[in-house]
Amino acid sequence: MRHKTFFWFILPSLAAMILFIALPLVSVVVQSLHIEHEQVIVVTENCGPFGCTEESSVDTEATAQLRAEQPLGRFAGLSTYFDRGHLATAEIAEAWRNRDGFGGFLSELYNLPFYKALAFTLTYTFLVTPLVILLGLLIALGVNRLPSLLKGPTIFVSLLPMIITPLIGSLILFWMIDAQGVIGKTLQWVFDDPELSLKASPALTWITLMVYGVWSSAPFAFVVFYAGLQTVNSDSLEAAMIDGATRWQQIRYVVIPHLMPLVVFISLIQLMDNFRVFEAIVGFSAQANATSLSYIIYADMRSDLTRFNSAAATSVLTVIGVAILLTPVLLRTWRDFKGKAV
Amino acid sequence: MSIQKVSMISAAAILMGTTAFAGCGISNGNVSILGNEFAAIQAVTDGAKACADDGVTVESNLNKDYRELQVAALTANPAQYSAVTTTNAAIVPLLSDNLIRPLDDLIAKHGQHLSKNQLITVDGKVMAIAFMANAQHLFVRDDILEKVGLDAPETYEEVIAAGKAIKDAGLMDHPFATTSQTGWNLGEEFVNMYLGHGGQFFKSGTAEPTVNNEAGVAALNTLKALTELSNPDYLTFDSNAVQASWEAGEIAMAHLWGSRGTGILDDEGSSEDIVSNTSLIASPTVGGGDIPASTLWWDGFAIASNASDEDAEASFVAMLNGISTEVVKANNDAAVWLVEGYEPAPASAGVFATAAGKTKPYPMIPFMGLMHTALGDELTDFLQGKETAEQALADVEASYIAAAKEKGFLN
Amino acid sequence: MSSALDRSPRSVIILSSAFVLLWVAVASFPFIWTLWGSFKVQGDFFSKADWRNALWGTRTLIETGSTFTGAGYDGAWVQEEFWRAAINTLIVVFFTVIISLTFGTLGGYALARSGRKYAFGLLMIALVFRAMPHITLVSGYLLPFFEWNLWGHLPTSIIVLVAINQPFTLWMLHSFFLNIPKDLDESAKVDGCTQFQAFRHVIIPVMWPGVITTGLFSFLLAYNDFAVTSMLLSEENRTMVPAIAGFLGSTLEEGNVMFAVAAVVSATAPLFVLVMFFQRQIVSGLTAGAVKG
Repeated sequence: MRHKTFFWFILPSLAAMILFIALPLVSVVVQSLHIEHEQVIVVTENCGPFGCTEESSVDTEATAQLRAEQPLGRFAGLSTYFDRGHLATAEIAEAWRNRDGFGGFLSELYNLPFYKALAFTLTYTFLVTPLVILLGLLIALGVNRLPSLLKGPTIFVSLLPMIITPLIGSLILFWMIDAQGVIGKTLQWVFDDPELSLKASPALTWITLMVYGVWSSAPFAFVVFYAGLQTVNSDSLEAAMIDGATRWQQIRYVVIPHLMPLVVFISLIQLMDNFRVFEAIVGFSAQANATSLSYIIYADMRSDLTRFNSAAATSVLTVIGVAILLTPVLLRTWRDFKGKAV
Repeated sequence: MSIQKVSMISAAAILMGTTAFAGCGISNGNVSILGNEFAAIQAVTDGAKACADDGVTVESNLNKDYRELQVAALTANPAQYSAVTTTNAAIVPLLSDNLIRPLDDLIAKHGQHLSKNQLITVDGKVMAIAFMANAQHLFVRDDILEKVGLDAPETYEEVIAAGKAIKDAGLMDHPFATTSQTGWNLGEEFVNMYLGHGGQFFKSGTAEPTVNNEAGVAALNTLKALTELSNPDYLTFDSNAVQASWEAGEIAMAHLWGSRGTGILDDEGSSEDIVSNTSLIASPTVGGGDIPASTLWWDGFAIASNASDEDAEASFVAMLNGISTEVVKANNDAAVWLVEGYEPAPASAGVFATAAGKTKPYPMIPFMGLMHTALGDELTDFLQGKETAEQALADVEASYIAAAKEKGFLN
Repeated sequence: MSSALDRSPRSVIILSSAFVLLWVAVASFPFIWTLWGSFKVQGDFFSKADWRNALWGTRTLIETGSTFTGAGYDGAWVQEEFWRAAINTLIVVFFTVIISLTFGTLGGYALARSGRKYAFGLLMIALVFRAMPHITLVSGYLLPFFEWNLWGHLPTSIIVLVAINQPFTLWMLHSFFLNIPKDLDESAKVDGCTQFQAFRHVIIPVMWPGVITTGLFSFLLAYNDFAVTSMLLSEENRTMVPAIAGFLGSTLEEGNVMFAVAAVVSATAPLFVLVMFFQRQIVSGLTAGAVKG
């Protein structure tokens, strides 16, 4: 394809992405390198319905002047990236010097918000992604064998976890897993433990979040695999049958190789989405026991004072994290690309 | 109270408004209001909308995420909204960025009837007009306390003793609950308890934190003693969860927002014997202190700096119409109003009792929000028994300092 | 379906049917529970006392005099005028899907046929774009949108959703186009067509399966979006998900959760009809075209 033709074809898509993703991305990177200008603090007498108090306030005139001189704030280089809320290099060095065995060092590390979030984010990503792929594949294989009359309704039902907005889906599940809820009570009965609560213990909270993650993402993998299954070459299967291959061997040597490119595609999307796990944490009020990088960003943005610089730094770290995570998959894609291209 | 009832009431308010106040005495201007999605604030904006006229347009955007929008919306010039509803915490970024205007001249012209305690002044200038109040206070079940032979508790030490007595008597496993969800709610509980212990958050006149002290440790220990009387899920408890537990009769004492009183006392969601035995009383004192361990909150409105003078005046007049005596009378039970004509309802008893005890207002300090976030995030480890109180408070200070440096409050 | 797979032993059929049945139960149970519960009062559906109240409607009977109540539906659709949000959602979803697919097919086709290094580079950059947390992007938009008076309108949200959705759409459609033999458009070009004519007359007729599958995901993304629509739309333009969030209340204010539950259930009904109506097209769409990485 000629450069010019390529350009015109890609233009609308590229323009939308540049305007609404690339430019904000640049601004996010720039802001992550700045901190706010110094705020001039004065003590004022503030009064209200409940009496008067002497309180600190920002001297708006003096601050406005500083702000006019440096609209972006003060350049801080990478200092935000290395502060306690992010990579916390100084705190880690300190913890390493005063370490009380390796376990003690790890618990010091876990006490830092970024690493606490990273621990959950990575565990979640590496457990949920393969489980989603496996479950999606099994469902697709199963649905594929159904009589065609049942396929439509089954596909619809299978999509339900994706269709119900996570906001409500997690709210309803949150009540169902309450110690008094239908799932909570059932689990107490199954495990014969009347004190069992999925919300109280960190381990159970992690498991709950991961089960929810698999449940809500499996439909995506299912749909893609199901589409892929429709094009499995029946001649190859016939041939395998004639050669006396068992059903498992047919799947192992014919179906799975055929679906391999799809596995790559789903892992790519799922690794990325799971690394940004967020909605479930808020929906399940799980922030006491499990936080993620996206949750840190959310917390920075949602406090009374928005910490945009800090959120920007965490966002950049998230993007870098995703890039590292995807490298193996991308290398594979690159080989495929070179193989397929012209 | 359900949304349903309130919208019926506010519909009545519109009817009254349109007949009695059309025009409101303003001839032109564009009024646009950004605010929280409270039933009471809906009533206020409906009252303001009654001012819409040939030359006057009144629009509103009530969104519970209004705080994420307000700074950007008012920084734009002209501002997207000419009026915002606000609270003692939400006003802080608006004040720091100089996004709302002093109201003294508008009050001189239109607001002579406002009572002095509605005026929020900063350094002598009126920056907002308050119209309703809120506070966390104690809800108790009289029948349960009677069974263990105790009076309604006045101190947290009595709350803890009563909780243990109820537990020992086998009446309830987890007799106490409060909004202890990790994050803002837990931070708020610490703020209450710390102020009740007489603590100071910052060295006066500076942004340096001073929470890692005896008062802080005492406040944390009280919180921990309370959470031991709570359901093990307490770190997920927000107001909805506490209210539901209350209505199901599972708890005997709760420290909960006054604005939930109406919902708890109505005939929905709970049985008669629970409702009739529910008392709304003052927030308890703690550690021998003489003020209740709670914070007082006001809701009010402010006018944007980046609005034209004409729009600002129209907005001020429209908002005053929104908080007029008539609107308040028509929506008497929707809130604890700070406006003349309000008849205290049973659901407001706890807020009044707490305010009468000289409870401190929530600090209107520019960097309080950062402290609140740090508290909400870092205290969980202590409550879960993973670290000491001192370590948790040191973490709070470290986390706050990182944030304050980035925001330019500390160097 | 291939005949080979149909000749499996009985045990495999039973096992796989049982598995699908189990999955169907797991996938639909929360929804069926919600559907049933939406006709109860909050005290039953979200009962702290006993979960079985949600089955029998104990409190519903006390509060409304019957074990079923339509109060949630009435409250959401009549009092709170949820239909306005439904119409807004319809507009947002429709245009987001149409524009996403138009941009995406053009771009995806170009990426699949270019084979140059910069095409691969673009795909990589698209991935980096997709990694960006939405909440950071959205808060970056706020100030410029307010300044330029773009904030609050449906078209703004639509174009933002299209842009945010583009990386995924490009990737998916690019994979589909790789699967369509190159010879098709090459021979059209030999016959004297321009690239665009080749695309229009040769590729468009065979691309629908991929487009339908991609459209399904674009649809779900726009339909479920909360981060963008909750921050970029004014109250009168609000779509369903932020409206539902509004029903839930906040720390200080009691919401009406049953309105939210009823709204969610009733918003799912048209989807069911849609899927049933288009099931042939969707299934055949999925059948005819496979996604290939």
